Amino acid sequence: MTARLVVQRLGFLLLGLAALIVIAPILVVVAGIVVRGIGAISWEFLAGMPRSGMKEGGILPAIVGTLLLTLGTAVVAVPVGVGGAVYLSEYARDTAFTRAIRLAIVNLAGIPSIVYGLFGLGMFVLFLRFGTSILAGSLTLAIMTLPVVISTSEEALRAVPTEFRTVAASLGGTRWQGIRTVVLPQALPGIITGVLLGLLRAAGETAPILFTVAAFYLPQLPHSPLDQTMALPYHLYVISTQVPGMPPGVQNGTAFVLLALVLLLNFAAAWIRRHFRRRRPW
Amino acid sequence: MGTVRLLRSVRRLALAALSMAALGLAGCAAAGGREGAAGSAAHKAAVSGQVSTIKNIGSDTLVNLALAWAEAYMAGHSEVHISVTGGGSGTGIAALINGTIQLANASRAMSAEEVESARRNGFEPVQHAVALDAIAVVVNPANPVNGLTLRQIAEIYTGRIRRWSEVGGEDRPIVLLSRESNSGTYVYFIERVIRLGRKDNYDLPSPETLLMPSSEGISAEVRQNPNAIGYDGLGYVTMDQKVLAVAAAEGEPYVRPDAATVLDGSYPIARPLFMYTAGRPGGAIAAYLSWILGEGQGRVQEIGFVPLPGGAEGRGAR
Amino acid sequence: MKRSRPRWSDFAVEALIRVLGFSTVGFVLLIFAFLLREGLPVFFKLPAAALLGKLWYPTFGKFGGLPLILGSLLVTLLAVLIALPLGVATAVFVREVAPRWAREFLKPLIEVLAGIPSVVLGFFGMTMVAPLVRQWLGAPTGLTAFTGALVLAYMSLPTIISVAEDALDAVPRSYRDAGLAMGATRWQTTWRVVVPAGRSGVIIAGMLGMGRAIGETMAVMMVTGNAARLPLDAAALFKPVRTMTATIAAEMGEVARGGIHYHALFGIGIVLFVLTFLINLAAARVIFRRRRKGGLR
Repeated sequence: MTARLVVQRLGFLLLGLAALIVIAPILVVVAGIVVRGIGAISWEFLAGMPRSGMKEGGILPAIVGTLLLTLGTAVVAVPVGVGGAVYLSEYARDTAFTRAIRLAIVNLAGIPSIVYGLFGLGMFVLFLRFGTSILAGSLTLAIMTLPVVISTSEEALRAVPTEFRTVAASLGGTRWQGIRTVVLPQALPGIITGVLLGLLRAAGETAPILFTVAAFYLPQLPHSPLDQTMALPYHLYVISTQVPGMPPGVQNGTAFVLLALVLLLNFAAAWIRRHFRRRRPW
Repeated sequence: MGTVRLLRSVRRLALAALSMAALGLAGCAAAGGREGAAGSAAHKAAVSGQVSTIKNIGSDTLVNLALAWAEAYMAGHSEVHISVTGGGSGTGIAALINGTIQLANASRAMSAEEVESARRNGFEPVQHAVALDAIAVVVNPANPVNGLTLRQIAEIYTGRIRRWSEVGGEDRPIVLLSRESNSGTYVYFIERVIRLGRKDNYDLPSPETLLMPSSEGISAEVRQNPNAIGYDGLGYVTMDQKVLAVAAAEGEPYVRPDAATVLDGSYPIARPLFMYTAGRPGGAIAAYLSWILGEGQGRVQEIGFVPLPGGAEGRGAR
Repeated sequence: MKRSRPRWSDFAVEALIRVLGFSTVGFVLLIFAFLLREGLPVFFKLPAAALLGKLWYPTFGKFGGLPLILGSLLVTLLAVLIALPLGVATAVFVREVAPRWAREFLKPLIEVLAGIPSVVLGFFGMTMVAPLVRQWLGAPTGLTAFTGALVLAYMSLPTIISVAEDALDAVPRSYRDAGLAMGATRWQTTWRVVVPAGRSGVIIAGMLGMGRAIGETMAVMMVTGNAARLPLDAAALFKPVRTMTATIAAEMGEVARGGIHYHALFGIGIVLFVLTFLINLAAARVIFRRRRKGGLR
């Protein structure tokens, strides 16, 4: 009896060690950025335009650009993604074609972000003639975000027990009515979590926007979806690697803002998931 | 049920967000939609006559200088908006050929193939020399070596010399750093240094060379790795790197790079920096270029480059 | 149910949903078709021997892609080797072992890692990890395949952990209760009942993790050194390497459309696409076999 418990204790210790190896660097990186970056945060930094070779002033165009790109991504990825998930979870039968769809989703998830950048450049910037624009960038990011939205939404939909659907059907009404009034609301927390996770990834990506929308220096806010814009991840990349003599406060400050934005979405997703998992009626 | 309430509030929120977004974008589009329909417009400058936009892309070497120029120019001319992006000389030239920008920055001359491509796309590229630049060869501050000949640098970068002890340093492996292949600096370095300026030399840098995506990448490695050697425009060398003196050949004096030695030609690795336009420039671009060649030269030195000698005018077509 | 008679609009919505479901296949085909259109020409203009050559100097007409392919493979495989055990162990720890209070701050922390953009991790790797690799492991430079694999592993971890966690979550309490009721310790229940039940989820985790790793661009560009050398010798782990993704990102902007370099980069895109397709095909087979057999996903 005690041998088993000793094994268990050792095992748990090992697992804990693994978790520590995973967690410790995160703390180091985040703490480093917060400590070194928070000093640079001021109203001028958040709401002002870059000055003096971007070493002074603010990062407003980059912040606005990222927000717009994220919004654009959501506008496209959410309907298409959730719709696709509903199809897969509620309508699709196990045919070869359905398997092809699932394969397609897993493939989309695996396509490197730079290949999305290539595709976005060729398709939206050049072929459809949108030019380097928020439109091209958002569309590229949206297709990239689809797999995350679809798979998490599908998991959420599938987690709703079949009894709910059977009961809905037994009360009359089409399958869609059942989905719309019963299944979807039950799955909503999971879906929202998935959407937020997808969006925060889109907000932090650089490769897809390198050639579709990002500008190195554009000290004005975008006027239309066909405008170029600065964006936080690309901005962080250039001020970390392209501009000599950049004050580390500015670099860390920008990293701080990007992290804060992404963490906000993170916590929202986590809170929703946690809050509704507890109240699940099954 | 809590979920039903959530659904209702989410619906309301989503509807609100979407309508705000739609209104916002529609409003923006209406107000500013002159960039409108086909982004295919090759030259977007001076469309409405109110504000002209100049897109300036290309050399990462030039990007900070171009940025400083853009800032200074826009401060005095509020009717012009200039956006600056890097990506490498090749990127800028390609964009000029593709017709998506009007002003390309390049730290090297256009190749024959590129000029051909431009002609096939219907225009003759015009080269304007805008500043001078020295390529500094840098090592870690702890490295005892002070100077190298061009031949030694060539042999190091082709992998024939592999340890610092072979050139008077410590017994350490040499780690080669370079800019990426889309960089004009890279091409210039190969032609002038690795191939020693000879057209019949087909040497290439060793495959062990680390191609860093940016100047700061080179700096970050050089400043902390005693084995490293790198090269980059003088304007990118930070105080925590050691700049080597270079001799054109054995027996020649070892010269350190700075504005004086570039202008009098004694530093062997110096080159002009260019901006290219599609055909002879007009309107806002011409005004900007003549400002660069005039007042703009005053800002060149503080960025780390070398101003053109005596206010020279840009030359004509290649 | 409020209405007993189906409305016409319900059918319209169902049709729309079907279309959306098919759209994913559409996108994949579109992307592949596009890659083919722009990339195939390189296979016609250059013989296969040249394309699989050892020297990649695209600006001087040499398009040997072997160092790039091997570079990507080395870094990716190593990254997954590091991340999968770590990730599954962490997921098991968080879900099955950690007390409630620990879970409350562990899970948010892991999701924080998911949010850290690749640029930030790449910069951190370049300035902090690489020098350590050089100093502690004696490599000539810290910008190596190993450093790249480390950074990539950390980038894939959140994906792996999150999917593994969801898989473990999907296992009903009754399984765990049954195991404990039969006298097994929590450890035994976890490893012999719960984890096997959620095994397909773990596989998906590994696959999505690998996909994340092979597709990462910015972070590897900053920490692997980007030297197009063949990673075939024993020391290759601690020498620089150049991945396919970094090559595309670094060189793509410079190419004029229609040139051979342009086609070559799209050709690399095709190789990347095909590689991930094959990995996913293999994984999908496993998943579908399990699904058809019934039981948990």
